[in-house]
Amino acid sequence: MDASRPPDGAGPHRPSGLALPMTDTCCPSVTPADEAPCCTPGSDANDDLPGYRVWPFVEDWFDTPAGRVPRVRTRLGPADLLGRWAMRWGIGRDRYRIAPGLYAVGRPDPAAPVLVTANYKMTFDLVRRDLDGVDAWILVLETRGINVWCAAGKGTFGTEEVVRRAKAAGLDRLVSHRKLVVPQLGAVGVAAHEVRRRCGFSVVYGPIRSRDLKAFLAAGLQATPEMRRVRFPLGDRIALAPVELRGVLGKPGLVAALALVVLGGLGPGVFSQAAAATRGLGAVAATLAGVFAGAVATPALLPWLPWRAFSAKGAAVGAAAAAVLAAGWPGPLGAWNGLAVLLAVPATSSYCAMNFTGSTPFTSPSGVEREMRRAIPWQAAAAATAGIAWLAGAFAA
Amino acid sequence: MNGFRYLEGVTTLALDPDRCVGCGLCQAVCPHGVLAVADGCARIVDRDGCMECGACARNCPVEALAVSAGVGCASAIIKSWLTGAPPTCGCDTDGCC
Ligand code: SF4
Ligand code: SF4
Repeated sequence: MDASRPPDGAGPHRPSGLALPMTDTCCPSVTPADEAPCCTPGSDANDDLPGYRVWPFVEDWFDTPAGRVPRVRTRLGPADLLGRWAMRWGIGRDRYRIAPGLYAVGRPDPAAPVLVTANYKMTFDLVRRDLDGVDAWILVLETRGINVWCAAGKGTFGTEEVVRRAKAAGLDRLVSHRKLVVPQLGAVGVAAHEVRRRCGFSVVYGPIRSRDLKAFLAAGLQATPEMRRVRFPLGDRIALAPVELRGVLGKPGLVAALALVVLGGLGPGVFSQAAAATRGLGAVAATLAGVFAGAVATPALLPWLPWRAFSAKGAAVGAAAAAVLAAGWPGPLGAWNGLAVLLAVPATSSYCAMNFTGSTPFTSPSGVEREMRRAIPWQAAAAATAGIAWLAGAFAA
Repeated sequence: MNGFRYLEGVTTLALDPDRCVGCGLCQAVCPHGVLAVADGCARIVDRDGCMECGACARNCPVEALAVSAGVGCASAIIKSWLTGAPPTCGCDTDGCC
């Protein structure tokens, strides 16, 4: 957590609204016709800088005492939605960021509120969508394409960066008030009293969810207790599934699958290709069932599962999955292989579920560490026993 | 968060009521309603709801709150066990940590 480290990439004066140079940008390559890049007639200055291109979400530019500011659309276009989907599945790019700096929605005047957010494009898209009909300034921080909460935890969304961007944007020349609306989850990285001391702006913590922004602004910067509570609804838990699966099923997953197929071929006849196919692929299927039980089913069922520890929840779902798998196994399974399935699936599921703690908004590091110290020996023992039983099954058959 | 409770009796959150000036900021930033400020002083009203995010301690102007904050992320903790470094979140996609 290093709040003082300057963010890499953009310098403070890169113009906001322009996409970053193509080499390190991640703008969608598709630009549908109705999302034609800005430069509306009447915009006199030349916005075409070599190597830059204007994001489709920029509607036009207007002059302020603090320089020209891009006005952004509050409607998400097809390119935004496509980019969102691709991002979830990690297609093509691992960062999805916009240039930090000052943006505007609607027709803000010097009395309009200043809303601070991260330069992760998905976050920015949500904010501008939820500000439809509002006149406001948006101050985007350089968080290297990471959402507010993650970035605040790392310190990139922090006091230092708020102060730097507020000064670089010339906020004191732009607005008549001295308030910054910072999302509540940014408080992990931002110290309100320090921001005030260092740049004269007081931080007002806004709601957690951008969809509450309008009500918050309408109430005169007042959040209801409801807006201040984090939630973790089913939709959010399901949306994390691709991220979780990507973490497990990458290259290491492929290597592990290959190893299982090779090991599956071992038996009384030294090596058999037929056994490699049936036993090896069977083992891969069992492992995948465990991954799915732990990384997708457990998160989805989270609030309804017994016990507090994620490893226990995962083991329970894994045990159910193992029972179903063993009962419906195509062909004879045998006692040894049956034992292997009944142990391997819950162990894998338990481990994957435990990893999901990193994605939830309510697990404490002290709790996760305690849980891991207890669960990992059991998971390892179950996995090892399963492996031995499985190998023994080849010879017992 | 109904249905979302984690292990009990683990949080490192500590409040020094003698220092507290009752500014109310900790109550505003806590995403789990752990703290409540009444009659000019903060109180811990739901200790086991704390996820050790550290927002309250960072924003307390008089350092009345302390918590060993960090990421509750298993892979980060494993990495820190192996390297001896403090756990940091290595994942850069949304949703993680
Ligand atoms: S550390 Fe976070 S969850 Fe715990 S009391 Fe403070 S703000 Fe609330
Ligand atoms: S932030 Fe600190 S001073 Fe303010 S109410 Fe909380 S504990 Fe008291």
